[in-house]
Amino acid sequence: MVAVTDDLPLPARRFSLGTAIRRNPTIAIGTVLLLILVAIAIVGPYFVGNPLKIAPVNRLRPPSERWWFGTDQFGRDVFARTIWGSQVSLIVGLSVAAISSTLGLAIGLACGYFRRIDGLVMRIMDGVMAIPSILLAIALITLTRPGLGIVIVAIVIPEVPRIVRVVRAVVLSIRSQPYIESAIAGGTRNTKLLLRHVLPNTLAPLIVQSTYVCASAMLIEAGLSFLGAGVPPEIPSWGNIIAQGRTFFQIAPWTILIPGAFLATTVLAVNLLGDGLRDRLDPRLARRL
Amino acid sequence: MTAYIARRVFAVLPVMAVVALFVFFLLRFAPGDPAAIIAGDDATSEAIAAVRAKLGLDRPMAEQFGLWLWGLLHGDMGVSIFSNLPVTRLIAQRLEPTAALTLATLFVSVAMAVPIGVVAAWKARKLVDRLVMGFAVLGFAVPGFVLAYVLIYFFAVQWQMLPVQGYRPVGEGLWPFVEGLILPSVALGITYMALIARITRASMLEVLQQDYIRTANAKGLATDRVLLLHALKNAAVPIVTVIGIGIALLISGVVITETVFNIPGLGRLTVDAVLKRDYPIVQGLILVFAAAKVFLNLLIDISYAFLDPRIRY
Repeated sequence: MVAVTDDLPLPARRFSLGTAIRRNPTIAIGTVLLLILVAIAIVGPYFVGNPLKIAPVNRLRPPSERWWFGTDQFGRDVFARTIWGSQVSLIVGLSVAAISSTLGLAIGLACGYFRRIDGLVMRIMDGVMAIPSILLAIALITLTRPGLGIVIVAIVIPEVPRIVRVVRAVVLSIRSQPYIESAIAGGTRNTKLLLRHVLPNTLAPLIVQSTYVCASAMLIEAGLSFLGAGVPPEIPSWGNIIAQGRTFFQIAPWTILIPGAFLATTVLAVNLLGDGLRDRLDPRLARRL
Repeated sequence: MTAYIARRVFAVLPVMAVVALFVFFLLRFAPGDPAAIIAGDDATSEAIAAVRAKLGLDRPMAEQFGLWLWGLLHGDMGVSIFSNLPVTRLIAQRLEPTAALTLATLFVSVAMAVPIGVVAAWKARKLVDRLVMGFAVLGFAVPGFVLAYVLIYFFAVQWQMLPVQGYRPVGEGLWPFVEGLILPSVALGITYMALIARITRASMLEVLQQDYIRTANAKGLATDRVLLLHALKNAAVPIVTVIGIGIALLISGVVITETVFNIPGLGRLTVDAVLKRDYPIVQGLILVFAAAKVFLNLLIDISYAFLDPRIRY
């Protein structure tokens, strides 16, 4: 075991879990919470029974030993529905983060590096950002058949400009650096220059920004489903469960508060991870917040 | 300064043009056949053709664009597919509750978050500061509509202090109007408050380290004078920026909050339009909301010129 000194970033430093947790408690808490939720989403559905089974005899039962989270107005088990609902949130959050980061990275690199397309593309990005994200998603959903895929696409579009702006800002600050100029002078081709010298610098802010996009995607999905414009009602998602609990909220508040708490915890976990990563990877930004 | 303001005003035009083009092309290039989807699952081919004609989709693209743009510039945003009423009138009817809710939230959030952030920066790393930062982290995670139900459960159902839902116009008396807006504006504003409080704290912390603050303290000025007059004024630009950025959050949230509290505003119009797939209304709403956002941000941009005379770009 190599002694870990505080300030010198030794390249050969061995990884120690204890030190990592002590240094970045927010990353640790966020990661653990997220891993638990991912485990619930993957394993949970095998144990909790059918989330769609209707049993009118047992309607609106409060939480008890038999129904941990109570039942809704159709007698469906809120526990089973909430566990199944975690799948939708995680799928939407992760795929929106992955897709919009990839697209945003490509557009951001191109805009920052090839200055000729920059003006036009950034005006388009400004326009897309002027449309509130929920409304943009709603407009797309009005014109297509409901489904998980279209919800993901509808959330990706408003999130892409947020990534583009971050990546472009980094590229703009990098391209005036002497090592880029010398690489250009040395005859390095554009693709190699972008991939080898520019791209690596954008990764840290990109990762941080994509965790925030993931959190915001989960919130937008829940909001869309709550409005009836998200995933179809047959698929239990937290937003759908909350939407269906509205009518009986005053006598059965658990149908809303429990999935709501799960949603808040998930978003909290992703945000904690993002804040921790920002402090770790992007110290300049961390000092400002 | 006039040149700066003029440039900001002109910068609005391309943004709004992109928004307008976006809603125009979204309908024309949506996957599948939007007319068939709008007409419904068991529509006859005549019904689909009727919808297509109503949306003008049966004409050549250039003609469609010309007609649409001409109408838009004259304040004509088309007619609703279902009620056949002009979209402009439908939106105008629902404008008041939404404007009231948004402005109330904007006001309440700024009035609460800025003092909280100032105190947190002043008492940095003490208990108050940690509580504020904890609140800020939670505020980002709790969705507005979930918080809304928690608030309703306690303040309206359990303690019966405030109405569960509904909206009373200001004409029916000031208190009923205010009473109905308290829970919605807190629920809608929570993320916004967290955002503003966080930036206020960060910006104040930076200013409080400056030499002139030490000088002000050293010459014996009262703490409140130093904090408000010397520090907050110089910390204002990032705070105002984030107030502008957050307006997007408010506008997205207003649609959901109105549904929770049964407020008959633009948000409810949006939801009804989506459920009936009434695209002309959705399109009109996007234009109005985007224009509102762009306009509020324009005001913020202009305010920079007054807050920081050095800003000229």
